[in-house]
Amino acid sequence: MRGGAANPVRLRYTKLGKVRWISHRDVARALERSFRIAQLPLAFTEGFTPRPKISFGLALSTGHESDAEYVDLVLAEAVDLDELPVRLTASLPEGIAVDGAAALADRAPALQEAVTAVEWRVGVAHRDLTAADTAALRGAVDAALTASTLVTTKHRKGRDVVEDVRPVIRRIVVCDEPSTIVEMELSTQPRGAKPGEVLAAIGEFTDVRTRRTHQWIERDGARQEPLDADTRPRVPEACAS
Amino acid sequence: MSDLWPRIEPLLARVEKPARYIGMEMGTEPGNLAPRHGSGRAAFLLIYPDTYEIGLPNQGLQILYEILNERDGAVAERAYAPWTDMEAAMRAARVPLFSVDTHRAAGDFDVLAFNLSAELVYTNVLNLVDLAGVPVRNEDRSPDHPIVIAGGHCTYNPEPLAEYVDAFVIGDGEEVVAEIAEVVGAWKRGGRGSREAVLRELATIPGVYVPSLYDVEYDGPVVRAVTPRYPDVPAVVDKRTIADLAEWPYPKRQLVPLIEVVHDRLNVEIFRGCTRGCRFCQAGMITRPVRERPEDQVRTMVREGLRRTGYDEVALTSLSSADFSGIEGVVGDLVTHQEGTGGVGVSLPSLRVDAFTVGIASELQKVRRGGLTFAPEAGTWRLRQVINKLIVEDDLYAAVDAAYSQGWRRVKLYFLTGLPTEMDEDTLGIAQLATNVTDVGRRYTKQASCTVSVGGFVPKPHTPFQWFGQNGVDELQRKITLLRDAVRGTRAQVKWHDPKATFAEGVASRGDRRVGRVIERVWRAGGTFQEWSEGFVLERWLDAMHAEGLDPDWFVTRHRTREEVLPWAHIAAGLHADFLWDDWQAALAEHGLPDCRWTPCYDCGVCTDYALEHVVAATTAPAGGSQGTGQDLSVAAAGVPVRFLGTKPAAVAVGGAGVGA
Repeated sequence: MRGGAANPVRLRYTKLGKVRWISHRDVARALERSFRIAQLPLAFTEGFTPRPKISFGLALSTGHESDAEYVDLVLAEAVDLDELPVRLTASLPEGIAVDGAAALADRAPALQEAVTAVEWRVGVAHRDLTAADTAALRGAVDAALTASTLVTTKHRKGRDVVEDVRPVIRRIVVCDEPSTIVEMELSTQPRGAKPGEVLAAIGEFTDVRTRRTHQWIERDGARQEPLDADTRPRVPEACAS
Repeated sequence: MSDLWPRIEPLLARVEKPARYIGMEMGTEPGNLAPRHGSGRAAFLLIYPDTYEIGLPNQGLQILYEILNERDGAVAERAYAPWTDMEAAMRAARVPLFSVDTHRAAGDFDVLAFNLSAELVYTNVLNLVDLAGVPVRNEDRSPDHPIVIAGGHCTYNPEPLAEYVDAFVIGDGEEVVAEIAEVVGAWKRGGRGSREAVLRELATIPGVYVPSLYDVEYDGPVVRAVTPRYPDVPAVVDKRTIADLAEWPYPKRQLVPLIEVVHDRLNVEIFRGCTRGCRFCQAGMITRPVRERPEDQVRTMVREGLRRTGYDEVALTSLSSADFSGIEGVVGDLVTHQEGTGGVGVSLPSLRVDAFTVGIASELQKVRRGGLTFAPEAGTWRLRQVINKLIVEDDLYAAVDAAYSQGWRRVKLYFLTGLPTEMDEDTLGIAQLATNVTDVGRRYTKQASCTVSVGGFVPKPHTPFQWFGQNGVDELQRKITLLRDAVRGTRAQVKWHDPKATFAEGVASRGDRRVGRVIERVWRAGGTFQEWSEGFVLERWLDAMHAEGLDPDWFVTRHRTREEVLPWAHIAAGLHADFLWDDWQAALAEHGLPDCRWTPCYDCGVCTDYALEHVVAATTAPAGGSQGTGQDLSVAAAGVPVRFLGTKPAAVAVGGAGVGA
């Protein structure tokens, strides 16, 4: 059984510093190259043009940083997950570091559906890129949190779409120091919003440095970091007999 | 010294593809490069004057980057032309041109070294020098400014940039770059004295041309002579050639970019030089002789390169890859030695149809089926003899049959138009070939189609066609229209290059020193990125020529005579003027010339003058083929003999005036 068994794995990685300027697709290509360099035994799809079984989580906009990005892949045979992060990070560009790996349950829900909330840490400026007025920012955040709707115009696929982003906002906190940083938690389902869109909806603000700090999978009232959700014990043999 | 990144990063949120400007490619060592500056090492900024996506994969630039950084006395970084949006943001924020490795200002380097792969980038060169904060003209620079150097194929006619580039490098750069680094390093350690002194010193290095040390005299509009002003400056600058590619297994660490670029794959150069002798092909003329990389080294470079980079595709590059002695073995092993999974794609750029066999086709298709491009170049056998692309139609059909039979559905055929002696039958012949090709394909699949890509021919210096008057814009457009009409209703599709851009390329390709001011005017009028259709306006070129009192047709469409001193006559690629002229006359007489790799030497001049020889593992063409490989062309088609030039066919009575369509 073991030889042909599929071994789904979830990885967590960062995207920090200069490398934030590459696209989500570029990150995917860099990771795929790192898998080949590490000679990971990737499982491939059947068919005329076999593709490795890799599925990425929520997209991260070009220019945004992240402490917590995720990718799921399927290996054709088990590998040592403890040393995997170091092996992969060695061939990734500076700023992209794999810092966690977990064995995934078979048929775990895909990241893009399973993740329901994300947290951000956002540097805020006035819309014209001058420094934000912190009193105005605090006032706008307070007003937004008490408002029932927050209509804004989003650009999607080359079109302007008017949407209410209020349902997306779970929490916004203006930090004490430095006071032009806000932390926000946003829903991703049924649809999400970018931090810059939320800032534009609450006032004349924009984001100048944006970092995703957490992603959460919420199920049955509990919330879990994706590396802890849908995972299985690393060494099933140890439990047997 | 100066890391500009804090000033660059705020600009990135507002530009297209910001990752063009961050560097960070795998294979670079920015952390190691920074401290090497300012220690008396010659600091080179290697610049490709086009976008990052076009320039990053350039193998020549990557080779020099490695060789320089391996030296104790040198350090090299890279820069590319910022796209117009970034340039505007940089100028507004007073951010100069910078390296992508450590984001250091271009003006802090000792040398700005440009790669000149195409003439239409010349305006970008001026723009980048200006963006570096350096005066664009040689004469306005002081010892505080970097030395501006250029290398690459276009330097075989350096004259159009003679007043803008301090020194040109002619030929292979692997050896000469170290010699230049020595001279520049000494200049730097000596406190950067007079520019003239260091340029005089550079001019003594074989292969280096310093245009400011030469006077150009004119006889009316024609160049009378280009003469050195000092006895220690060579009257003729000969190209540099590395004798043995095996000694230069570069790049050892090909850069892997983080964004998609052209040729985004491992590239391994399998040989340099080509002696097929296509008369329109400047690369084939100036890079002689053929120097193959040993097959074992190719295999090692491929194996280690794939392992190091994580690429899943490799291109075996050269001017005619199927001519490599071990080609079928190398490709076959690549395909079979991969362990299961997705496999490694193999691409062979510059495939000749007479060497593309079912064997190669079936090996290539085992992994991935990329596009297949063949280049018959001309629509009739007669015209292919004129240009010496000696491919018989049956070879083309056999090649596309091999491709379609192995599962390809679409092939691309590349042609030139505006060739010497071209007539409308030749243009219509392209349509006929394309139709026949799709007919071959339809034996295998109903979806068989072919794309015909047509480029306007620009005569290039140091080729037998250097005397030919290029077709004008209207004539090229007429031929393209004729071809388009002829393929209407067939399964062939025609794509073509803008004849106006072809005209401007003609100005720069065979221009003399006076054309420099034209280039400067085009640049000052906003004409950057002339290879990109959005940036190109022919009127800018014509207006600039008018302003300089130069006649565009005199430079572009005029046939040259044998007596005329060509503006690049003081630059030598090793080809004897007599050989080129005789080959030009043979072209007009529709005589082909065999490949000297596998047939006796006809003494073009390169091997004999430079004491070089071909480095070729096999004594016959590896995959058969019609040219000089045993096939009797006099029987194969039309009864037209191929002769060795050395045997001098009966006097060819075709005057210059009778040339052309």
